[in-house]
Amino acid sequence: MAIKVRIPTILRSYTGGEKLVSGEGATLEELIGDLESRHPGLKGRLMDENGLRRFVNVYLNDEDVRFLGGLGTPLSDGDTVTVLPAVAGGAG
Amino acid sequence: MRFDSLLDSVGRTPLVGLPRLSPSPEVRVWAKLEDRNPTGSVKDRPALWMVEQAEKEGLLTPGCTILEPTSGNTGISLAMAARLKGYKLICVMPENTSEERRQLLRMWGAEIVSSPAAGGSNEAVRVAKELAERNPDWVMLYQYGNPANWRAHYETTGPEILEDLPSVTHFVAGLGTTGTLMGVGRFLRERVPGVQIVAAEPRYGELVYGLRNVDEGFIPELYDESVLTTRFSVTSADALRRTRELLATEGIFAGISTGCALHAALGLAAKAVKAGQRADIVFIVADGGWKYLSTGAYEGTLDEAEDRLEGQLWA
Repeated sequence: MAIKVRIPTILRSYTGGEKLVSGEGATLEELIGDLESRHPGLKGRLMDENGLRRFVNVYLNDEDVRFLGGLGTPLSDGDTVTVLPAVAGGAG
Repeated sequence: MRFDSLLDSVGRTPLVGLPRLSPSPEVRVWAKLEDRNPTGSVKDRPALWMVEQAEKEGLLTPGCTILEPTSGNTGISLAMAARLKGYKLICVMPENTSEERRQLLRMWGAEIVSSPAAGGSNEAVRVAKELAERNPDWVMLYQYGNPANWRAHYETTGPEILEDLPSVTHFVAGLGTTGTLMGVGRFLRERVPGVQIVAAEPRYGELVYGLRNVDEGFIPELYDESVLTTRFSVTSADALRRTRELLATEGIFAGISTGCALHAALGLAAKAVKAGQRADIVFIVADGGWKYLSTGAYEGTLDEAEDRLEGQLWA
């Protein structure tokens, strides 16, 4: 089961510069574990002992996983996961 | 409607139905036209509340200098209020914001300090905090952390929506300072059982996310996740497409962040239709399209417009 994962610029040093990688897993946590096996160090940038890092946002098909099930969010074949750093953006 | 002054005319904006974009008579989408405020954006509400709260607390006294990190609209609102109330305003603004916003600020007499484009508003906030430290007599209202920001929406925007549409089921707004969502969200949650509060977050080009590492991110102090039902990330392409769709089908000429909110609103509408549920979905038209004409957002193909928008702060 293949899931597409979009990697933000600041984390591409872990993916050999790739902006789009693929991975597998029935949940977000499994997916991150799978990514770590091929892109060592990535997991530590996404998660800490409390779960997802505070300034890391992860979206499953554009919806914030914090409102879906966090690290336990179930994933399906063909899903797209997007990782973005939390920024102030523009509004304001 | 008659008002004693321009400042008194903030708020009480129209809520208009979108009969062509609404999928069915049971699932309706409504636009709250915040571009009808005195300076043309939703930010007139929080700007005025923050200024008046600071006056009540004695922080702002005649002749004071106000300092604020802003990508535009809040600055423009503050500039107007500052001019009418006799304050000086200094705005810290990322350099990748549109020329119209800069001209408008200068027109109302504000001084602009530019912050680097890379990092977007994060950098503006950082620069403003530094300036505030070096100039202790300046008053930073700080929209990202000032409770008067969400209070303005709790006291005005929220009640207006409920009065005009007691059957509201969903509220959608763009996520920036989070003030609109926190204020309207808290108000509606207290009064409308089961109401859904949904954030539409603009997803910018890569330049805006140009942080050095993930520990340097920014979450506005006002943000309280528990107020939201969920949160969507909307690409520039989707926001642009919806902005044009709103103009073409319903005749509403709005800024690009409105397309972002509309995209999420229409997603919720489709979900309600599929589930066979009735819905009255309100979204915020944060401003009109005037300030974004120079970005090329409304001309040529969507791909061209998206390329031109790359690296710009469009909300």
